[in-house]
Amino acid sequence: MNWNYIVRRVSLFLVVVWAAASVNFFVPRLGTGRDPIREKLGQLAASGGLRQDGIEAMVKAYQAKFGLDRPLYEQYWNFLADTVRLDLGYSLANYPARVGDLIGNAMPWTIGLMVISVLIGFAIGTLMGALSAWPGSPRWVRGMAVPLMTMSAIPPYLLGLIVLYILGLKLKLFPLSGGYSPGMLAIASVDYYIDVVHHSILPALAIVLQAVGFWALGMRGMMVTTSGEDYIALAEANGLRNRTIFLRFGLRNAMLPQFTALGLSLANVVAGQVIVEVIFAYPGIGTVLFQAIQASDYTVINGVVLILIMAIGLVTMIMDFLYPLLDPRISHRSGT
Amino acid sequence: MRRFDQVVYYLRESPMLGAGTLLILFIVLFGTLGPVFVDTDMAQPLSTTPRMAPSWEHPFGTDDAGRDLLAVMVVGVPLTMRVGLLAGAVGLGFGIFLGFTSGYLGGTFDTVVRGFVDTLLTVPGLVVLISIASTIREEISVNIMAMVVASLAWMWPTRVIRAQVLTMRERAYVQMAKLNGMSDTEIIWKELFPNLLPYLAALFANAVNWAILSSIGLEALGLGPQNDPTIGMTIYWAITFSALIRGMWWWWAIPIFFIGLVFVGLLLISAGLDELANPKQRKAV
Amino acid sequence: MSGVNTGSRGAISAEDLSMSETREVMLDIQGLEVHFETRRGIARAVNDVDLQLYKGERFGLVGESGSGKTTMILALLRMIKTPGFIAGGRAVFDDGTDLLRLSPEEVRENRLRRVAMVPQGAMNSLNPVMRIGQQITLTMREHGEEGTKVEFQDRVAQLLDQVGLKPEVAQLYPHELSGGMKQRACIAQAISLSPRLILADEPTSALDVVVQRQIMQTLRQLQLQLDATVLLVGHDMGLMAQFAERVGIMYGGKLVEVGAVADVFRNPQHPYTQLLISSIPSFERRGTFKGIPGVGLSLLDSPTGCLFHPRCPQAMERCSRDEPGLTQLGPGQHVSCLLYEKDESHATSA
Repeated sequence: MNWNYIVRRVSLFLVVVWAAASVNFFVPRLGTGRDPIREKLGQLAASGGLRQDGIEAMVKAYQAKFGLDRPLYEQYWNFLADTVRLDLGYSLANYPARVGDLIGNAMPWTIGLMVISVLIGFAIGTLMGALSAWPGSPRWVRGMAVPLMTMSAIPPYLLGLIVLYILGLKLKLFPLSGGYSPGMLAIASVDYYIDVVHHSILPALAIVLQAVGFWALGMRGMMVTTSGEDYIALAEANGLRNRTIFLRFGLRNAMLPQFTALGLSLANVVAGQVIVEVIFAYPGIGTVLFQAIQASDYTVINGVVLILIMAIGLVTMIMDFLYPLLDPRISHRSGT
Repeated sequence: MRRFDQVVYYLRESPMLGAGTLLILFIVLFGTLGPVFVDTDMAQPLSTTPRMAPSWEHPFGTDDAGRDLLAVMVVGVPLTMRVGLLAGAVGLGFGIFLGFTSGYLGGTFDTVVRGFVDTLLTVPGLVVLISIASTIREEISVNIMAMVVASLAWMWPTRVIRAQVLTMRERAYVQMAKLNGMSDTEIIWKELFPNLLPYLAALFANAVNWAILSSIGLEALGLGPQNDPTIGMTIYWAITFSALIRGMWWWWAIPIFFIGLVFVGLLLISAGLDELANPKQRKAV
Repeated sequence: MSGVNTGSRGAISAEDLSMSETREVMLDIQGLEVHFETRRGIARAVNDVDLQLYKGERFGLVGESGSGKTTMILALLRMIKTPGFIAGGRAVFDDGTDLLRLSPEEVRENRLRRVAMVPQGAMNSLNPVMRIGQQITLTMREHGEEGTKVEFQDRVAQLLDQVGLKPEVAQLYPHELSGGMKQRACIAQAISLSPRLILADEPTSALDVVVQRQIMQTLRQLQLQLDATVLLVGHDMGLMAQFAERVGIMYGGKLVEVGAVADVFRNPQHPYTQLLISSIPSFERRGTFKGIPGVGLSLLDSPTGCLFHPRCPQAMERCSRDEPGLTQLGPGQHVSCLLYEKDESHATSA
């Protein structure tokens, strides 16, 4: 890996973030010719409320940066400067709360749920997909392809409703919603963590079910190709054990495109999870976004959109850097 | 007639394609023949007794607002399909145009297109759509929904078509056509396009799938057409009014069933077409 | 049906007897049958083949594609996959083991330790994500070889040296090797457990001519060092003539002629062999490529009698009726053709 590649890859990431921020800035202004934040502020200022002082201060600050008397490029510049400082402003609906804090509080929940369910889904799905395409697998394993395919086709939030109904409502095995039980003290105790895990099993299951299908499907296709490769045939002719051939020759090679896909699919995973969180009232970013949409809280919507794009861009970039470790044929040496 | 024979041949060669086509055909028939048997006015709020479990009179039950869910499905399934087909067609059309020109012409244009597409593909589409849809929330109709989704539906087709064109450009028959003095546009339309048809069909199925998936995602967050009973909006209302906890399973299960059929059908079609386009994978099943 | 006739061109000579005495049979293949089940019936890919391989010899198996030569190799490795299956026969080593009657675990142990394979497409025959040394070590360990990391490093280095590669190659990945180096690495792996029989299926088909010759020389040296038998499969007659001591000609799953390489090439007896030899361009015979009339055989609707008779320029009336047996001609030279069978009584077709 050389500096040339690193510099280019990091600039690509910065371009993505810049583009995302610009979309946030321009879409409201170009699309309908109005600025929904200004309108919302106007409504708030007109309707008054408990924290009228604070809201007036916010309106003033907003006018100073994005007032209509300012030229567009200056507003844009101010906006970019705020973004660079990760200053996402105040929530319009819950005034003293800062957007950054709202997102910061929700982020660990989302990351925790997502990392666990993506890893489990990826591992199980990849293995099942590989087995379903391996010529040496029993017939019933190869027949798993059809149910796996069906699972992959249905978005996780819809699967979520089904598992919620069966396991939560009918069998009462798991709590129906939330991240922890009401009345539970949110301190680091064993009981608290058990409670958190207990609450996260259903939303995780919803994501895992679909992820298993998705990864299995991709892996199946790759494994079909890989199992026809010459090196598999030679490994067999050399009398290697079936398990070794499957794991170290078949799976290991067929998995490489899966890792590329992992980066590309992250965007969809996040999208799916956002809605799963809404269904389970899970205290993550998705719920924050949903509530913001309900309350037309545009600063929060924009903030969440920007943070999600940045996070995904960051993870994709890190995975690009790690990929040469998995596939010796790819090296960023020659600056490709 | 030869075309028809070919279609029959394809369906017989690939059971997946056949099964998928049957599913989608069923959905289409449900939407087109449904209004003949079902009173679509019942899809409006306050048209019948609310909160009724499925019965002979209301086979799919009714919701909180007094809509008959059978009528809602008869109206909503075609609406959702329309979003998908419109957005898919726009996305694929744009993808065909960009993919062919950039792959065939190469050069700076190709570099720019490729960089642009690859960059956009790493951006979470639904999140961008949320940002767009939330600013024009009040104006959203079924057609606007389709256009919003279409704005991000073209990248994947562009990328795949470009890659295909790149490999085909080097093949012997294209070189032959060039030597025979065919013009670039002629080569694209007469040589490249027909050979890519199965790919394009698979891409279309994928694009429609993605568009429906995105539109339902937006709708489930409340960012859909507020007055049209699309499948996504029905699910949204069911979630918003806690149908699940109140035991009104039909309210959410029925739209899920229908949309599940659509997704599985489209997936089978695209997998089946893929199989036909890459015979290497065919042995697998 | 596979009875050996005393040839029409003289009885077994003293010379012939002495030859079979000096050469010890290592692998005795009798009546080998490999069938493929297809929608339209059974295809006999290998059809009642008898073949004795001597200890430490280089035997070449020649035939057009689809003649069953690769299938035969796969059968010896027990790698025939459904819809194919071994329908009959024996392949007995001089210690009494019948390759066709091993348990699955014995089959696995037998590969590489007794019968090793040098692959056809060396370009893609090595695991792309494993270093060469790792692959060879893993292969040896899978066969129960034990030792420390350093010991294996030494063994790998020695194997690489034997095939003419530097020890540093052990640290490289396949994509960092040239085609010839890859094939050498494959050979190093194949000889890692000193096999008695090395099967080489067109081992140089993907390489350029100069590298081809070098690889074949290496293979020959190793064969002499190990006193192993090499069964070389291919359709490059020139390569065969240089490498092999004896050759067998296959047509339609049948072995139609066997003999010392010089005899078969200089004096081919079977009409198919004659056509095959005369189709090779050479400096002496330029411009007389006849080609072989007719189309290749379909194993599904194989003709009655001799399989070659529809294409045979010397076909007789009885060729479509009687199946030829194996007739001994000269020293060690056998042919399966009715032209050389004295009378009809020897070959009554089933």
